[in-house]
Amino acid sequence: MYLTKEEERTLNGEDGETLQKAMEILVALGDIYGADSLIPVKSAQIAGVSYKTIGDAGLEWISDLNGKVKVPSILNPAGMDMQRWQDMGIEPDFAEKQVEVIKAYESLGIRSMCTCTPYYLEGFSATYGDHLAWSESSAVSYANSVIGARTNREGGPSALSAALVGKTANYGYHLDENRVPTVSVTIECELSGSDYGALGYLAGKDVGNRVPIFYMASTPSPDNLKALGAAMAASGAVALYHIEDITPEAQKVGFENPAENIVIERSQIDEVYEEIIGGNDDLECDIAAVGCPHCSADELENIARLLESKSIEKELWVCTSREVAEKNAELVKQIEQSGAKVLCDTCMVVSPATEGHNCMMVNSGKALAYVPGMCKVAAKIGSLEECINKVGGGN
Amino acid sequence: MVAIKIKCRTIARGVAEGEVLLSSDALSFLGNVDPKSGIVVDPSHAIEGKCIKDKVLVFPHGKGSTVGSYVIYQLKKNNVAPAAMINLDSEPIVAVGAIISGIPLVDRLEEDPYEVLSDGDHVKVDSSNGYIEIPEK
Repeated sequence: MYLTKEEERTLNGEDGETLQKAMEILVALGDIYGADSLIPVKSAQIAGVSYKTIGDAGLEWISDLNGKVKVPSILNPAGMDMQRWQDMGIEPDFAEKQVEVIKAYESLGIRSMCTCTPYYLEGFSATYGDHLAWSESSAVSYANSVIGARTNREGGPSALSAALVGKTANYGYHLDENRVPTVSVTIECELSGSDYGALGYLAGKDVGNRVPIFYMASTPSPDNLKALGAAMAASGAVALYHIEDITPEAQKVGFENPAENIVIERSQIDEVYEEIIGGNDDLECDIAAVGCPHCSADELENIARLLESKSIEKELWVCTSREVAEKNAELVKQIEQSGAKVLCDTCMVVSPATEGHNCMMVNSGKALAYVPGMCKVAAKIGSLEECINKVGGGN
Repeated sequence: MVAIKIKCRTIARGVAEGEVLLSSDALSFLGNVDPKSGIVVDPSHAIEGKCIKDKVLVFPHGKGSTVGSYVIYQLKKNNVAPAAMINLDSEPIVAVGAIISGIPLVDRLEEDPYEVLSDGDHVKVDSSNGYIEIPEK
């Protein structure tokens, strides 16, 4: 890989140990994947935030670093709401460690916004053609597919390295040739709401790490696309997809139809709704959680409308980013009047707070894929209305 | 004894030496290895029960969760990490784990490591200069 004199100097340790390690990580990845050079990135989103997933080893590594990030950088969801962790039943020992993780990141100049939807944040948005170093799998998918920006699936340390250096290695989804669809997926039935998550849950398994182009009968909203991409990134390793006539690159570039085609029928999607993943059919859902990925303002509005004059009897979590919650304080208030909890900075997948529940109803294909394994809680997918009805006590 | 130098690709820089431990299986540091003892604990793994501490660990490539990078760092902090690692083809999880932990890592040797190396051989890995050094047999 070609390095400028300045980059070479950093690699040799002349700019300090932290930048040397960061540069070593970028160069190693560039060598592994055949990058020609490093390219500047506009922003970084760093995974490896929940103390549940990185443990003491991750905390120590981050704490040992020095310096400041060179591009706007934020974080992935943490293991708890940083302000209301007690309401979630989080143990003080966990909270203490989680605070340490966030402080370690903050000392590197990273904004402690902990969210999987960085594209909603003011001053952090990406546009068509931007090069980024984002690491949350659904954010990667959204940036690549819905926005038409360019990022690989960065791991925590590589996204952090990119943030510190301000560059990433030029390989993978940064290059035109790797953004061409290699498989098509046809869905002839009409889809709505959580159907997109269920579809993504199915399609991700077939697509694996390829780039699919979808031919759809219905027209998905940005929130639908968010759910589709998140689920495909969880059940498969999809980092980029196109939808004919919908996503920007499909419109601007005009791809040819790939040779291999997958057809997904309504009956297959219906089957996803019937199954309880990681549990038996008799299990009763005792918690519902929505906001995976984090809710948009539109989604909060929809939830508030569905909860109007209802009271919740079991747990209902609505996960979103702190900035979106603060900007929509009135909606948050309306939602919480029902007894539901609007949680920020975290989600049902990376928090230890769900442990002890029997079965979680979700409206997200991504949560359906991760909750049974990562939280040891069975999961069932339903529409947003079903999630609310499941835990609600009527009017 | 004359030593033979074999060229390789540098992934994580550094110089270290130790006894070879060959694994025919890929390794997921998350789950396959106990971070406190450095012992491979997965009952179905080719080197189950062996300790990787201070070894020149040879395995085809890594697999599994990206959290594996942090497990390698934990091994280092617990003083049970390998001295160096040799892969057929490195992938990001092990590469990043080796770099953050300061463990020399190389791959794509000019000769097949499974043919030129045996368990117990004393090997020097000079990743900074892109070669490994083995005793002539």
